[in-house]
Amino acid sequence: MTTSAREPRKTARDGEPLLSVRNLTKAFASRKRLFRKAEVVYAVNDVSFDVHDGETLAIVGESGCGKTTTGRSILRLIEPTSGEIKFAGQDVAALKGSALRKMRREMQIIFQDPFSSLNPRMTVGAIIREGMLIHGLATRAEAEKRAGDLLEEVGLRAEYASRYPHEFSGGQRQRIGVARALSVQPRLIICDEPVSALDVSVQAQVINLLQDLQRDRNLTYIFIAHDLSVVEHIADRVAVMYLGKIVELAESEALFSQPLMPYTQALLSAAPVPDPARTRDRIVLQGDVPSPANLPTGCVFHPRCHHPARDEACAKIVPPLEEKETGHFVACIKQPPTMVDWAQQQSAGGTKPPERYLPLAALSPSHRSEGVQS
Amino acid sequence: MSAPLLTVKDLRTYFYPGGGKVARSVDGVSFHINEGETVGIVGESGCGKSVTALSIMRLIRAPGRVEAGSKIEFDGKDLVTLDDDSMRRIRGNRIAMIFQEPMSALNPVFSVGDQIAEVARIHAGASRRDAWKKAVEMLALTGIPAPDQRAKQYPHQLSGGMRQRVLIAMALVMNPALIIADEPTTALDVTIQAQILELLRDVQQKFGTAVLLITHDLGVIAEMTKRVIVMYGGEVVEETSTPDLFTSAHHPYSEGLLHAMPRVGDKRERLNVIPGTVPPPTAWPSGCRFRDRCKYSWERTEHEHPPLYEIGPGHVSRCHLADEPERRKDPHKPLVARRSIDAS
Repeated sequence: MTTSAREPRKTARDGEPLLSVRNLTKAFASRKRLFRKAEVVYAVNDVSFDVHDGETLAIVGESGCGKTTTGRSILRLIEPTSGEIKFAGQDVAALKGSALRKMRREMQIIFQDPFSSLNPRMTVGAIIREGMLIHGLATRAEAEKRAGDLLEEVGLRAEYASRYPHEFSGGQRQRIGVARALSVQPRLIICDEPVSALDVSVQAQVINLLQDLQRDRNLTYIFIAHDLSVVEHIADRVAVMYLGKIVELAESEALFSQPLMPYTQALLSAAPVPDPARTRDRIVLQGDVPSPANLPTGCVFHPRCHHPARDEACAKIVPPLEEKETGHFVACIKQPPTMVDWAQQQSAGGTKPPERYLPLAALSPSHRSEGVQS
Repeated sequence: MSAPLLTVKDLRTYFYPGGGKVARSVDGVSFHINEGETVGIVGESGCGKSVTALSIMRLIRAPGRVEAGSKIEFDGKDLVTLDDDSMRRIRGNRIAMIFQEPMSALNPVFSVGDQIAEVARIHAGASRRDAWKKAVEMLALTGIPAPDQRAKQYPHQLSGGMRQRVLIAMALVMNPALIIADEPTTALDVTIQAQILELLRDVQQKFGTAVLLITHDLGVIAEMTKRVIVMYGGEVVEETSTPDLFTSAHHPYSEGLLHAMPRVGDKRERLNVIPGTVPPPTAWPSGCRFRDRCKYSWERTEHEHPPLYEIGPGHVSRCHLADEPERRKDPHKPLVARRSIDAS
C-alpha cells in the first residue's frame, strides 16, 4: 500500500485498480454532404488510464480536448467506439440490462451546470429519492428519510426536500446534485467541472464538501476540470489531455513541480496568478487549438510547441505516452528518456537531439523552487 | 494632475420588475479613472459590476433605469443627462466596450470585416473602401493571421479567441479614450486568455487607452491592473492599489475572496470559505450588507450602514473595523453559519 505524499488518505494503489480504461476511442462522424466525404472527428483518441480505490484522478485540458467525452464514455452515457473499460473487474462495455443498471448505481456523475441538471418540475426530495427507488435500494418511507439525511450531509436542511430547484442558488443546487449522486451509494463519482459555474466563495464551499465526503465515504473521484488551481488542490494524480489524447499523466505533486510535456508547461504558465508582486516570462502559445477534424500529423501539439528541440521528427512520429520518471508519463519524444531513439528520430528528419527542457522561470515561483530541488 | 477621464458619482441603477420588489443592483457607486489608467472592478455574480459598466455606456433598458442624482462625467459631459445623439457619438467612438461572450456580441449575418468597417463608416464617415481597409488593418493589429482573408469570414467561422480579437479590433477603430472590458476572457480557455490579456496590455501601452476591466478573477486583476475596486451588494466596499489589495486588504469580504481562492502552488488541505451566498439585490440587509457572512460582525454593523473609511492614501474600505480595529482580534462564526448549516 502506498500513500500519496500530501494526502494521508488510504488509497489502494498496488491492488487491482477500481477503474481501468484501455485504448478508449470515441469517433464522431459528421454528416455526409454532397460531393464531400463524411469527416471523422476523434474526440477521444486511444486513451488509457487507471483509477485506484479512494483516489482523485483529475483530467484537465481546454475545451474540445475530450475530457468530458472521456468521462461520459466511462458511464456509457456516450457509447465508446472502441476500447475497454473495466470497473471493479467487470467489462463495462459488455454490460446490458440489469447488470448495466447495477454498474451505473456504483458510478455516478455530477454535472457542470447546476441549472440544467436538475429537473425543474420535481421537488428536491423527489430528485434525490428517484435513484434509490429505481434501484430498489429503499422503500418510499426509507427513501424519504434518507433524502433528508443526505441533504444534511451536503450542508443543506432536511426541510428543503419539499422545495423546487429554482428556489436555490447555484452553489446550493450543486449540493443537491451531490446529494443525488450519493443517494445510491456509489463507489466512483465523475465530477464534470463541478465548480466552474460557481463564484469563488461558493466554489470553495463545494470543493471542501467534496473532499469531506471523499474522506467520510471513501469515494473515488474522476475530477474533470480546466482550472489548474482547483485541480492542484483536489487531485492525487492528474491527466492532461490535448486534442483527444492524454499527453501527460503524473502524481499531482510531480506534474505541478516538474511538468515535462511542453503543453502542460504552457497551461501552467498561462494561468493568471493572483500575486501582483510576481513577474515571470510567460509561455504564450501561438494560434488556436487545431480542429480535431484535421489533426496535425505526428505529435498533435507540434505546430504550437515551444520545446527548443522541436523539429521535423515531431511532425512525423506519434509520441508514445512513456514513463519518464516513476509514475510520470509524458508523450514527448524530445524529453529524454525516450524509446524513440535518436537514430529513429534522425531517420524521420530530426535535426535536434532530445534534451530535457523545463522553463522554470515561466512557471510560478513555487514550481520554480521545487523544481530546482528535485 | 489633470481631471480624471471618467468620474462616476453616486451611481444608482435600479430595476423595477412589474409587481416585484425593486432591485437596487447598483446602489451609490463612485469612482474615477485617469487617462491611460487600467482600473479593475472585481466581485462575484450579482455585485453590480456589469450593471455599472452598462450604466456608463447608457445601455440600461426598462425596467431598469439610472436614478436621478447619479453622475457619470466624461470629457466634461454628464453622460446620464446627455441627449441620445451626443451619446451615440461617444459610444463606440470615445468609449468602447468589449463583452464576455463574443459570439452574442457579433452579428452572425455580416462578415467580421463589415462589422468592424461599420464603426469607421458611422463614426468617421469613412468611405466603404477606406472603412474596409481600416478593418483589415485593425484585425492585423490584434494579431489575427491573414487578416484580409479573415475579414471576409463570418463569426461562426472563427474560434472564441479570434472572435474576442475581432471585438477588440472593433473597439479600437476609433482609438477610444476608454475601453470597458466586461469579463473579456471568462469564456476563453486559459492559453487563449493569456493571448488576449497580452493583446489588451499591448494596446493599452501603444495607444495610452484607459481600460476599465471588470472580472471575477483576482488573477486577472493582479496581472492587468494598478488600481482595483471591490464591489459587493451593489456598492464599492474597497478601493486601493492592486498590490495593496493582495498584501493588506482591509474589508473582510476582500479578505475572504483572497483566501477562498485555490492557488497554483498552494497546498492547503481545506479552503477557507465565505459562508452563505450573496443576498439578492431586492433585499440588501440593513447596516453592513456583508454582515451576515462576516466573521467580525457586531451590533453596530446591523444598524449603521458603514461609509467608505479612509485606510491609507488611496485606500478606502466600507467597514466599521476601520473605526474599531480591535474587533478584528475577535472573529466568530458568521451569522449565516449559525442560523443554518447551509455553508459549513
